[in-house]
Parts: sequence; C-alpha cells; structure tokens
Amino acid sequence: MGLRIESKIVRGHKGADPHTGAISFPIYQTATFKHPGLGQSTGYDYTRSGNPTREEIEKTIADLEGGLAGFAFSSGMAAIATLCEIFSPGDHLLVSDDLYGGTYRLFEEISRKHGLDFTYLDTGITENVINAIRANTRAVFIETPSNPMMKVTDIKSVVEIARVHQMLTIVDNTFLTPYLQRPLQLGADIVVHSATKYLGGHNDTLAGFVIVKDQVLEERLRFYQNAIGGVLAPFDSWLILRGLKTLAIRMERQEQNARIIANWLKDHPRVEKVYYVGLSDHQGHAVCREQASGFGAMISFSVRDPALAEAILGRVKLIAFAESLGGVESLITYPITQTHASIPKEILDHLGVDEKLLRLSVGIEAVEDIIDDLKQALA
Amino acid sequence: MRFGTRLIHNGNEIDEHTGALSIPIHQVSTFHQSDINKAQRFDYSRSGNPTRQALENTIAVLEGGHRGFAFASGMAATASVLSIFAAGDHIVVCEDVYGGTFRIMNSLFKRFRLDSTFVDAADPDRIKAAIRNNTRALFLETPSNPLMKITDLRAAIDIAKQNGLLVIVDNTFMSPYLQRPLELGADIVVHSATKFIGGHSDVIGGLAVVSDEDIAREVYSVQNGFGAILGPQDSWLLLRGLKTLKVRMDHQQNSARIIAEWLMAQKQVEKVYYPGIDSHPGSDIHKRQSDGPGAVLAFKTRSVELARRFMSRVTLAAVAVSLGGVETIVSYPVTMSHASMPRSERLRLGITENLIRVSLGLEDVEDLIKDFDQALA
Repeated sequence: MGLRIESKIVRGHKGADPHTGAISFPIYQTATFKHPGLGQSTGYDYTRSGNPTREEIEKTIADLEGGLAGFAFSSGMAAIATLCEIFSPGDHLLVSDDLYGGTYRLFEEISRKHGLDFTYLDTGITENVINAIRANTRAVFIETPSNPMMKVTDIKSVVEIARVHQMLTIVDNTFLTPYLQRPLQLGADIVVHSATKYLGGHNDTLAGFVIVKDQVLEERLRFYQNAIGGVLAPFDSWLILRGLKTLAIRMERQEQNARIIANWLKDHPRVEKVYYVGLSDHQGHAVCREQASGFGAMISFSVRDPALAEAILGRVKLIAFAESLGGVESLITYPITQTHASIPKEILDHLGVDEKLLRLSVGIEAVEDIIDDLKQALA
Repeated sequence: MRFGTRLIHNGNEIDEHTGALSIPIHQVSTFHQSDINKAQRFDYSRSGNPTRQALENTIAVLEGGHRGFAFASGMAATASVLSIFAAGDHIVVCEDVYGGTFRIMNSLFKRFRLDSTFVDAADPDRIKAAIRNNTRALFLETPSNPLMKITDLRAAIDIAKQNGLLVIVDNTFMSPYLQRPLELGADIVVHSATKFIGGHSDVIGGLAVVSDEDIAREVYSVQNGFGAILGPQDSWLLLRGLKTLKVRMDHQQNSARIIAEWLMAQKQVEKVYYPGIDSHPGSDIHKRQSDGPGAVLAFKTRSVELARRFMSRVTLAAVAVSLGGVETIVSYPVTMSHASMPRSERLRLGITENLIRVSLGLEDVEDLIKDFDQALA
C-alpha cells in the first residue's frame, strides 16, 4: 500500500496480529519455540535468532528507512558494536569528528584493539573526506546533524566519494529519524539508530537499530546479530513499536517547540551562541533543508559565563538535568562532563565543546512553560 | 502550567529513589513491613501499589479532582462507582449510554434493587421529571455514544444539586484534555482508560476521579473490598500513554473535523453526527463546556447495504470495537458496541443498521479519505 510515512508509522509492518486480529502486536515473551517435527521449523527456533515481536519492529524500521532489512539490538551502542564486526583487522574508517562520546569510546577503546583504525574529521567539508582516504579505508561513518555541535554533512556528496572509492557510507540517523531524514534513499548503505531516543520517545527503553539495503550486508548482519546475541528483548521491541506510533506527532511538536526556543535563546543577552540547524543563519541549514524534511529538536547553546552554565543545571525545574534525548520530556545536559566525557580535551577544544556549552533536547510540553523555566534559570 | 505540560510534569513522573524518568513497574503483590507496630504506606497491592498510585494521582491532577482510582476496565470503574449506592436507591441515566453500562444497570444492579430510569438528558426537563424521592445520582455521558448527543452539564448539575444528587460523568470520549466535568461541579468522573487515555489499543483499564474526601472514602472502600484493581504493568502503560494525550488528540480531532466535512459532501451519506459541526444539535452547549469536539463521529449511509459494504471494504481502518487508539477504528454499533441493547430500544434511539461509528487515529487523513472513498463507492 502506497501510504504516507505518518500512516506507515502507525501501522507498522504487519499492522495487526495475523492470527487473532489483535490491533497491538503480541509480545512473544519466549526463549524458544516448539518444533513441528524433526528437521522442521515454524520459522522461529530460538529468540536470539528470531522472535516475532522483534521481527515486527525490525521490518517496521526497515520499511520506514526504505531499507531491505532491519536489525534490533539492546542499545544503540550494541547496534554499532555489532556493525563493526563486518570490518576486518587493518580496515580504516573515516568518522565525523563531532560524534556521540559513546561511539568514540567504542571505536578507540574496543574496535582499535580489534585492529580497526579511525580518522576523525569534519565530514561536512568534502575535501577533508577525500584527503583522508587511504588504500585501506572501507567506510565513512557520519552523524548529521552532529552531536552536540549540530554540524551538517551533505550525505549525497559523501556517498559520491564513497562510491568512487568503494567505501560504505554509514549514517547515524538518531537525531532526525526516518520521519525527517532517510539516508538510504540518498544513497547511504547503512543507517544506525539509538532507538532509545526519538523512535522510542518516552525515555523508558534502551534499543538500537541497524538498517541495510543490500542482501550481502543483510546476510552478514543477520549472522553477527545471532552469533554475538546483543538482541533486543521482546517486551522492549514491543515498547519501541508502541513508541513509534506517535513518532510523527511527537517530532512535529518537538520541532515546533525547538524553533521557538532557539529563536528565544538567540535574543537572550546571556547567551553567546545558539546551535540549531533550523535557524536560517546556521551554517548547515541549507544542506539540511535539501536532504531532510525538518531540522529536529536538538539545540546546543553556549552562555557567556561558564559559571552560569553550571547554575542553569541547578536551577532548571521543568527541564530535567539528565543525559539522553529525544523523549517527550525536555532534558538538558552538559556535554563536556556528561555525554562527551570520553572524548579527549584536544578534540573537544577543537570542536568548541567547552564549559560554556549546554545541550537541550526539547520535549512536547507547552513551549511557554519551557521558556518560563529557561528564563528563570538564565536570570 | 498548561495542560500539555501537566501531562508530562504532574509530580508523578520521576522515581524519588533513583531519579528514573519513568515510574518503576512495581510488579509485586505484597510489601515487607519493617515494624509491625507502624503502618506503612503500602502493604498489599490490592489496597495500594506505587505504580497504580502514580497513575491515580496523575488522573486526579488532570481532571482537577481530589483523588483518583484505577480499575481493571472501564466497566469495573463504573460498576465500582455504582456500588457505593444501596438497595432501594434510584439513579437517573442518560438513555444512549454505552451499551455495557446499560447492561449492568438493567441486569446486575437491578437484581440488587438499585433502580434506574433512562432519559433523554439533552432535555433538562426530562431529568427533572425522572427524579424520585429515592434518587441518589445522575449518570451522564456527553457527547453520548454513538450519536454524539450533548447534555448541558451545567444545567444538569444545577438540577442535581437542587435535589441533593451526586453527578457522575463518563468522560471517556473527551478525556480531561477536552472536558473537565469536576470543574463544572460534577462529583465523580469515570473513564474507560482503554480509549484516549491509554491511546494505543493495547491496555484495558478504567479510572474514576472524585471531587471530595467523603466520596473518596466510599469509592476506596469498594476498590479495596471488591478488588477490581488495575495491575502494575497496565497502570504503567496508561501512565506512558497519557504523556502523548494532547498531541494525539490534537491530531485526531483535526482529522475528525476533516473527515466529518468530507462525509457530509458524499452523496452516499445521509447524516453525520459530530459536535464539531455547527448544525449538530447542542454544538453551542458543547463549545461552552469543553475545549473541542473530540475525535469520534458517527454517520448514516443512505442504505443499510451501503453501510454493510463500507464495513467490509475498508482496508486501512480497522473494523473493531473500541475507540480512541492511534489506529482509526470503524465500528458497527448495531452488532458491536450496542449489541447488548434490545433492538426496540436501539431503534427508538436512532441506532439503526445504516449507522457507522468512526474513531480517528493518527494516520495521514488523506490516506483515510482515500480508503473511505473506495469503501463508499
């Protein structure tokens, strides 16, 4: 059925339980499946290898991203860690330098030990990417908009370079979700998600996804998912399915709130700079408008006085001081000591992640109330 | 604090022990008592459970009431509230009440000699005329199910107060986002939380909210004594569902307005019932007592055959009982929600075989129109 994305989001892959008609997909809370006979299978044998509830969320996310297959993992990091297994010792990857701290830690502390090599660079500048390619470079890993500096990478340009050099393009699409940006349709090969964020949307489930669009990658991912086993549990798969149903309307409200708040922050005398892709003077605004249908709801901003940043974190009442993002509640975090603590100081300095920078994930509360809270916290 | 914010921040969203942004699911039946001489807040989950309490407090805040109670279903909520009355008491009920409510009043409660009279509550004089010496309460649903008849809550509450009656309002169709009967003077609100409050067609639950401590004591005594309570897991799912109540209803209501207008323009459609239409009887009253027309509507096709064909041809909308979920649901009241009402009573009320009820979901309304268009063709 040629449905619009809002309708696909509500419907899921199968739409309802084919056996009973139940509108909510069943939670198959089971470890194993009874075989009809020797050498026969119902299609399900053991939940690590495949579970109907997990399969429904995997097919749904694949549909939404326009991919061939999706894989659900127990966290965003488990998704990326499993994905890294498709590479071999000696392989080299180019990575956006403004990157979630956990991904940086995984690459540097674990993947490097397994023989992978990484170069971090501003993937928003095409020449940087070309110049960094080596004979053993196998992939480009990008986050756009990036975390926390909201830098935008032109996905199509990276894909073009990657194709010429037979590299894979991997996009972490956590910040925008398939509702606003579908990298596979722009030519990328693999999309990863921390589904804990906007896809789940309620700050109550950890989950991660990998979505691919070619059969060879599908087979390899299926092998690694089953062999390593960092799979998403049935109940959590179901919670993500449930969360997904309101993705479109949540994102709409969050983005609408974010635009208003970004403009309000921009005019505040104690705010030095606002990083929000939806602002027309943001350096990545035009590219993002070209490749996505919205700008999301993540805002970073720096205050003029570092002491104020700390004071804000203590004073906010409505907005919770907590890590994570993308949920219905507004959250504020301090990247330098929280989300990005595992990145070396030189890199953070270079990026501009300093003690004046705060990151705000805008929720679905009434925007006037969020602004009232920021107003008293910034006073 | 505005309603949309209160849904997310009402004092019941963060676990005080760990700071977790989601209330823990206390899937437990009993609680260790550290000192037999001291009563603790919780001892047994039927009497009280922290997850259920978070939901009960939340709905009380949202309805602007004194205390909330969570039950295993909307019917368990209604039956428990009706159980505060005694044999020999009498209740006046709006006549096109939900079929399940009609059924328990006419069978179960009648057996216990709780008597009821069904009246067209849209006409205040009929309410007045039905009051007897032993009348204790007025039970209302507005807009009503399925014909969206509007009762003037302020006028009905006035009559009730003059006669010393409690006013109970089933607020399922509107949810506290769109209508808060307690603020208009009602005493008890009941909900099938299965509908808009849960919002995802995946939980059966019921809620009641009362306006003062005296009624709270009576309802609590039934809740704890009878024990038709909501489980911790389902309480938590309702808390989760509530967070998106406003954004869901905004979208659903908007789609309902569009679909109502579209249906009115179709030659196969005889009549559309939706409080958002200016010509709908009582729409001016509804505007004064609520913040929107909601997301449920009903319509009659020109023939029974057209209605039956529509029901068999719709593909995107689910054909099912229930309403208020993220999925658009079409239902056929005659054989579904109102099957437990005698045919003669149904016909008298206008619940005919060409009537279809629609509960709008979160799909793109253009897709729904396409689906309805082919189903009506």
